[in-house]
Amino acid sequence: MFDAFADLLTYQLFGMQAGSRAADAVHFFIMDSSKIFVLLLLVIYVMGLLRALLSPERVREFVRGRPDWQARSMAVSLGAVTPFCSCSSVPLFIGFVEAGIPLGVTFSFLIASPMINEVAAVILVGVLGWKLAALYIAAGLTVAWFGGLVMQAFHPERWVEEYVWKIHMGEAARLQTDNSLIARHRYALAEVKEIIGRIWVWVLAGVAIGALFHGFVPAAWVSEHLGGKDWYSVPGAVLLGIPLYSNATGIIPVAEAMLGKGVAVGTTLALMMSVAALSLPEMLILRKVIRWPALALFAAVLAVAFTLVGWGFNLIS
Amino acid sequence: MKNIKVLGSGCRNCETTANLITQAAAQTGVEVEVQKITDMAEIMAFGVMSTPGVVLDGKLVHSGGLPSQEAIREWLSD
Repeated sequence: MFDAFADLLTYQLFGMQAGSRAADAVHFFIMDSSKIFVLLLLVIYVMGLLRALLSPERVREFVRGRPDWQARSMAVSLGAVTPFCSCSSVPLFIGFVEAGIPLGVTFSFLIASPMINEVAAVILVGVLGWKLAALYIAAGLTVAWFGGLVMQAFHPERWVEEYVWKIHMGEAARLQTDNSLIARHRYALAEVKEIIGRIWVWVLAGVAIGALFHGFVPAAWVSEHLGGKDWYSVPGAVLLGIPLYSNATGIIPVAEAMLGKGVAVGTTLALMMSVAALSLPEMLILRKVIRWPALALFAAVLAVAFTLVGWGFNLIS
Repeated sequence: MKNIKVLGSGCRNCETTANLITQAAAQTGVEVEVQKITDMAEIMAFGVMSTPGVVLDGKLVHSGGLPSQEAIREWLSD
């Protein structure tokens, strides 16, 4: 359907020559942006209708006071289903610390949350197919689980800013929610507006980069340099992803274009995870609660983990 | 006079929330004092982790995301 729509626009309306590079790029852009935005609207609306999006307050209640492994499993899976705005990572961090949740568990949550969410999961399935979606999600969950565990081994408590320990959190007032269908519908619409308003730029930028890659990068060059034969292409992809930041949804069309040209699966996954989960702005925000050594360690642990995941997949594929 | 506190450490949605409330108050002619609370300790004292939060006369009435127009009108009316 989206393919036909892109055909119509590219070849009929714009009168572009089928098979030319520019036409390929334009076709990719129209197809992916229409498909992703339609999927986004649907998923976010349905999630909103079900009120399936958990608030960080609820997550904190679920996780607190449980034994370590249980808390970590919950933090990882709840992190995966809550798309939270990185602007809430500071109150989230403090709230977890105040609830006595181990820092390693908090880090597991902070890794899983930006990397995986149900909206990105649906787009992944729609654009890349369920196999790749499952790989990405499994890799993300594993990295979040072990990443937090490794952080814990370094005793990051010593790097937490002093004032964080002193904050006392008030009892969260239970807000009553109107559960009628009309209220749910309004809430879902507001969610759609809010989330799309926040991420549409990332998505369009991602599709544009994917389109350029799809149209203009020759497949021969890709298979020569990024086909997965060289050990350095994975760490290269991870390093490239650190200064680049995008929402998890925005990186999907880029991955689609890369895979289409024959970039190795592990290399692509490593770039996706690095772009979604390792970002400078996020680090700067967390600097308010933890000092530089912890941030550097956090970045290093993630970079190593993504590299290992990338190599692993390149080896077996 | 009503006192409304908007909790949030300077994110864009927090600014927008404060502006929405001020505008609605001006339209309906309700006297209201809107305070922006950016201090993290103070925000957390209300039990809020997802900002922006809204506190009406000392009681938390909203947290996480932009409030709806209906909700704002309700806060200002009673």
